[in-house]
Amino acid sequence: MPKHPRPLSPHLQVYRPQLTSVLSVFHRGTGGALSVASVILIYWLWALAAGPEAYATAQGLLHSWFGVLVVVGISGSIFYHLCTGVRHLIWDTARGLDIRAVYRSGGMALFIALLLTLAFWFVALWSVGLIQSLWKGVLS
Amino acid sequence: MSSLRSPLGRALGQGSTGEGAHHWWLMRLSSVAMVPLMLWLMFSLAALAGADHATVTAWLAFPLNTTLMILAVATLFFHANMGLQVIIEDYVHHAGLKFTTLIAVKFALILLAVTGIVAILRIAFGS
Repeated sequence: MPKHPRPLSPHLQVYRPQLTSVLSVFHRGTGGALSVASVILIYWLWALAAGPEAYATAQGLLHSWFGVLVVVGISGSIFYHLCTGVRHLIWDTARGLDIRAVYRSGGMALFIALLLTLAFWFVALWSVGLIQSLWKGVLS
Repeated sequence: MSSLRSPLGRALGQGSTGEGAHHWWLMRLSSVAMVPLMLWLMFSLAALAGADHATVTAWLAFPLNTTLMILAVATLFFHANMGLQVIIEDYVHHAGLKFTTLIAVKFALILLAVTGIVAILRIAFGS
């Protein structure tokens, strides 16, 4: 630890939340949360290798209301982190760095993340047959 | 305010550990790889949500899927390791605790990644 005083930037809480700072905080937050959630992917792979009973237990957990809640969080976080991550990659090429472009790309990242999350859930609900049964319910 | 850097740091002309740019570059490289890999992973898992054990196993044992799943797990944990490293370096201020946390997180992530890859290989080779 350095003994001589170094200049410190002001603490986060003195700033009024802005789209720029909030997206940045959430990019780091979702990154950390997804790192922790990666345990679930490894558990799922392990259960798949362990056999049908272990896999049924894993499916039971993932399809419970709490499991679905967790997967909603993971899917939203991963597509958000992916979109804001691509935004960082674009910034690294020194493009889109003026304040108007930053706000525009921030809104775009949120919108694309939402679309990807909705697409993910459409595929997932289609896979378990919920969309088809809902559709039949609408027709009958 | 003259400079944020210590005289020694200025004299050596390096970043924090002399390889800051290397870390920065690997983070970008893994980010680029993560985009297609995570889109593939998420939409594959969504499509398999309603499938039974035999179907999912057969899907993962298909060589292209085995390859992509190993790459996805390896890249994910490589990327997570670097991301968590930056977070720990930013928020854990006690030198000893920082050092211990960095190593513990690294070991835990490697353990998870290898466990995942072994599971994938067991499915691929049917043991």
